[in-house]
Amino acid sequence: MGEEVKKKRRAPDPNSAKYKLGQIAAKAYSDCVEAKARGEKIGWCASNFPVEIPETLGLHVCYPENQAAAIAARGGGERMCSESEGDGYSNDICAYARISLAYMKLKKAPEQDMPQPDFVLCCNNICNCMIKWYENIAKELDIPMIMIDIPFNPDYEVSDAEVEYIEAQFWDAIHQLEDITGKKWSDERFKEVKEISGRSSRAWLKATACAKYVPSPFNGFDLLNHMAVMVTARGKAEAAEAMETLLKEYEENHKTGKSTFRTDEKYRIMFEGIACWPWLRATSTGLKSRGINMVTTIYADAFGFIYDDFKGMCRAYARVPNAMNLELSRDKRIKLCKDNHVEGLLVHTNRSCKLWSGFMAEMSKQIGQACGIPVVSFDGDQADPRNFSEAQYDTRVQGLMEIMEANKEGH
Amino acid sequence: MFTLGIDIGSTTAKAAILKDGKETVASSIVIATVGTDGVSQAIENVFRDSGLKKEDIQFTVATGYGRKTFEGADLQVSELTCHAIGVHHEFNNVRTVIDIGGQDAKVLSLNEQGRMVNFVMNDKCAAGTGRFLDVMANILHLDISQLEVEAAKATHPADISSTCTVFAESEVISQLAAGTKIPDLVAGICQSVASRVAALAKRVGVKETVCMSGGVARNAGVRTAMEKELGVRIAYSENAQLMGAFGAALYAFDKANTVNS
Repeated sequence: MGEEVKKKRRAPDPNSAKYKLGQIAAKAYSDCVEAKARGEKIGWCASNFPVEIPETLGLHVCYPENQAAAIAARGGGERMCSESEGDGYSNDICAYARISLAYMKLKKAPEQDMPQPDFVLCCNNICNCMIKWYENIAKELDIPMIMIDIPFNPDYEVSDAEVEYIEAQFWDAIHQLEDITGKKWSDERFKEVKEISGRSSRAWLKATACAKYVPSPFNGFDLLNHMAVMVTARGKAEAAEAMETLLKEYEENHKTGKSTFRTDEKYRIMFEGIACWPWLRATSTGLKSRGINMVTTIYADAFGFIYDDFKGMCRAYARVPNAMNLELSRDKRIKLCKDNHVEGLLVHTNRSCKLWSGFMAEMSKQIGQACGIPVVSFDGDQADPRNFSEAQYDTRVQGLMEIMEANKEGH
Repeated sequence: MFTLGIDIGSTTAKAAILKDGKETVASSIVIATVGTDGVSQAIENVFRDSGLKKEDIQFTVATGYGRKTFEGADLQVSELTCHAIGVHHEFNNVRTVIDIGGQDAKVLSLNEQGRMVNFVMNDKCAAGTGRFLDVMANILHLDISQLEVEAAKATHPADISSTCTVFAESEVISQLAAGTKIPDLVAGICQSVASRVAALAKRVGVKETVCMSGGVARNAGVRTAMEKELGVRIAYSENAQLMGAFGAALYAFDKANTVNS
């Protein structure tokens, strides 16, 4: 019998964006652990909470959504969801919430640990389930919860009244955090953080916009990994530098005809919704094996924030995907489809995210009509592996490919 | 030229051999599928009935959920495309195909050339699929083929409102206990399937002519209920269950011609 030959992994290039981004994502957790060990108060923070606030105050926070995605991607989703269900949480609740609530109780997960919080920072511009999820954490752990309410905006533009409402809450959150942690707000430091966050965001958005090139210089699934840094560290200088490296690499790939999509790019699609983390390989392979590159997704772009001042920051946080109305959401996606030469739309009907999945039926129909592209949806979940069927996914993706193939052939 | 289409569904295996992409030489439906001898049985049947041998077949296309497990195919094509081709071959004016199979329901939108331009499928719930009807027939101690006969006798169709198969099962048992007549229950069950799939059809857009394919299309109770739900006449072929296999054999014919040319 022959011996199994293990392929040696190439040592990562420490100057590559992938390496730098991986290090930053890992450091976000280790920084929190070290801060906690030093006796500093650390927080758990919602992904679309204005990260500029804890960053300016010099506070370390970690991100339960990011942790839940990591746990799910590494195979712990079902175990943690079941734990919460055993505690009485319905399996209809978001799987990130179920994983996070289980982690709060168990305080350990081999897939991704993070220190327990001294306060929680919640913002409902991305999700309303999050309010109760964070309230329960605050109640169970007897810690303060800072809540910023950014309601769903039924209008196309953000009104001055809404900005005023949000601005007052941002300042209130700052003052509460000053009281809790003893740290002080500095306008000078905010200016630096704002500039760094802007640098990160500009580079990130330009990098994702490289999908305009045909073939795309990157595999869209890369964005789902790199996005973690935009969620957790967009206000840090090393994140800005890594994002600029990423942009440079993508531009270089385009010039030299390279791509991280390591197969012939036959079709280009937009992916709608949060990734199916427990089934990332299956969902990615189902596309890649057919030469389908997921070149763009609104989810990645959602974490790029560009603004000029404090008020501008308030306005930017009111214009995140799940807080904006259907027409604006649709138009942003149509632009992504047109800019990036998208030939089909694959929609993840995510059991965990009722808000997002709820409006997608109508919105995806409108996008399909406006862009003249086929729209296909599949059932899945961002973190609970029990809500996905690989065979059903595969049939839908093959059907989508067959329509795109026929469109190319001009039938 | 002979081509073979094999449709390996969730509950049945279907095979069809066509001559020159036109004439049906043989077809077979076997109620057994992946992991059983159902697939080989269906293939044996069509070879036996046609008198042809494996080497007489120029091109083979496999479709259905088991398409990837079948090693003898030249190509695997989704059942979506195959049903569209199969139905369009039989009814060339069809623009909407409703295919209800054992474990899923699909609605396909076809253009004037018969090409699928869009589709929607049910989510993971079994309501609105053949499996739902199997479960209900089992409770009522009826063979699946008796459902349409019973539905035709209904005078006051029962209201089966649960979308979940398990809840609907409880609902049917409760109605049985309350004395609801079996024909009325069966009509209610058919109505339940029709209303769920009709909602899918409305999402993709209903354009006439509408045709039903797949095993459930054989049930007149569901077809009639669907006509009422959608307000259109539903075209139907006695070969509805074979449309995927026919479509696969037609696709194989096209592909063989392309390869030859």
